[in-house]
Amino acid sequence: MEFVIRFLAGGIVVSAFALLGDLLRPKSFAGLFSAAPSVALVTLGLAFQNQGIDYVVAEARAMVLGGIALAIYGVVVCHLLMRKRWSAGAASSTALLVWFGVGAGLLMTFGA
Amino acid sequence: MSIIRLKFVSLKQSRWYEHVIRFVLGGLATMFAGGIAVLAGPSWGGLFLAFPAIFCASSTLIEKHERTRKESKRLRGTRRGQEAAALDAFGAALGSAGIVAFALTVWFGRYLPPVIVLGLAMVAWSIVAVMAWHCGRHWPRELRRGISPGS
Repeated sequence: MEFVIRFLAGGIVVSAFALLGDLLRPKSFAGLFSAAPSVALVTLGLAFQNQGIDYVVAEARAMVLGGIALAIYGVVVCHLLMRKRWSAGAASSTALLVWFGVGAGLLMTFGA
Repeated sequence: MSIIRLKFVSLKQSRWYEHVIRFVLGGLATMFAGGIAVLAGPSWGGLFLAFPAIFCASSTLIEKHERTRKESKRLRGTRRGQEAAALDAFGAALGSAGIVAFALTVWFGRYLPPVIVLGLAMVAWSIVAVMAWHCGRHWPRELRRGISPGS
């Protein structure tokens, strides 16, 4: 049941931020909503309720590292699109490997 | 100076199934983050809270909409689509500062009630993300070349 709630709440919040991103201009500003904490809002909200504060803090610590990886991901996607002239789908999905590599590396190094 | 504005006409470019795709991807990403936390612990789950969940879908849609829009005016659509997606990616890179601010607020606001913490975290996200965008929007000179202001 919790996963159903997670799916519905996540879908609604992510769609709301995506819709806002569609409406806003300039495009670089709208891009801020591509990095909105939509998944985090739902997940941490549920974790507060079900798992308690220590669990939430452990997730938040690791999220800081995920945020750093996201910055590098955005720059890599930008580079692949502008310099290498990849398509958006290819650039954004290939760069997920970079996001995971950087995030996992930071997590294993700093042990959040 | 770029003025932030709402462009409602862009909603007409979207098809109903694109919203469904985003909803499903958003739901799956949230389930996935929860599943990772259950299987591998809160640290790995926390890492996936900053996963660029819908970025791939959004970026592809932005490229497609821009390409279609330009090609309908008999302009080069492919390159313009890539540039529009690159601007979105650059915005996401700047917005990641807001994600870090969100996480730090939750981390250090642990003694406050959950609703207050999450509310403050959203405020921190919006302030830091907008500040990062304001400071960093002039960096990608090559992105601005060939793109009309505020496009």
